[in-house]
Amino acid sequence: MADKVGLVIISHSKKIGEGVCDLISQVISDVPIAIAAGTDDGEIGTSMELIGKAIEDVDQGKGVILLYDLGSAKMNAEMAIEFSERDQIKLANHVPLVEGAYIAAVEANMGYSLEKIMKSLTKLELEDM
Amino acid sequence: MMILTVEKTKQWMKEIHKRMETNKEQLTALDQAIGDGDHGINMARGFGEVVAKIDGTEYDSVADVLKSAAMTLTAKVGGASGPLYGTAFLKMATALQGQEVNQQNLKAATDQALEGIKMRGNAEFGEKTLYDVWYQVAEFLGSEKVEDWQEMLEVCQATIEDTRELKATKGRASYLNERSRGHVDPGSMSSFYIFEALATVIEMED
Repeated sequence: MADKVGLVIISHSKKIGEGVCDLISQVISDVPIAIAAGTDDGEIGTSMELIGKAIEDVDQGKGVILLYDLGSAKMNAEMAIEFSERDQIKLANHVPLVEGAYIAAVEANMGYSLEKIMKSLTKLELEDM
Repeated sequence: MMILTVEKTKQWMKEIHKRMETNKEQLTALDQAIGDGDHGINMARGFGEVVAKIDGTEYDSVADVLKSAAMTLTAKVGGASGPLYGTAFLKMATALQGQEVNQQNLKAATDQALEGIKMRGNAEFGEKTLYDVWYQVAEFLGSEKVEDWQEMLEVCQATIEDTRELKATKGRASYLNERSRGHVDPGSMSSFYIFEALATVIEMED
């Protein structure tokens, strides 16, 4: 596993995070993916700390894309990005989690750049989310 | 005149926690009406963690206490109130860095908190969120030479009443659209308790 864009799957529910990963593991071989789902103590919610740790885990130097499910996950993701000292961390804004994670995983697996994957993801953007 | 000390700021957090515990059921009921029903639990737990953290820690400044509270809320509250209140206290801490707290810089710090909430929640005034209450408090602090801090609470209460009939356009409550009318926003209510706690500690004897 070398030099690919990393993905962080952020969800309020651990099971959703795991489910998304199960789904995309069908089509990719060696993309670095981490799940940041649920709170520190496994409850429904999101945690800035878990998101920050997931970013560290998947960054191979080619950048990291964060995908999230609901609004407050976005807030915690933004805070994690602000606190992270790394460049090249992007939030897939208003992009549905399952579809976005699938496309990002396929394209990261093909070795596409962060910018190129983000461009594909913008095509999925929802107006209200 | 110095209105907040390290000790009083710690006390502020304890007073907030007390109110969140006492009103846990009420906040949860409000959230059940127009949100996902966990606001009371989140706030009581979040400020419980804040009190546990600051109680056992020595601080050099008011800013340091607020920063510590902000980080704890962000880490420990799973819902939107974690990053929103976390950002608010963090912005206050940044604004008050290296200063003793008087009414003037408390006003400046509240303005910064307001900006932080606006940015984090992408909020505008009148969207029936906690931003409305912070906005009116910042306005009040800017326009009055405050003698009686209870007046600040009257401003909060009036805002909450004004926003009761509004339609929510942000957050989970916005999914309910018209049905959000007639309900008090739980975040506005918890913000009221935060300012009620602040008024209580400012008016305490040193």
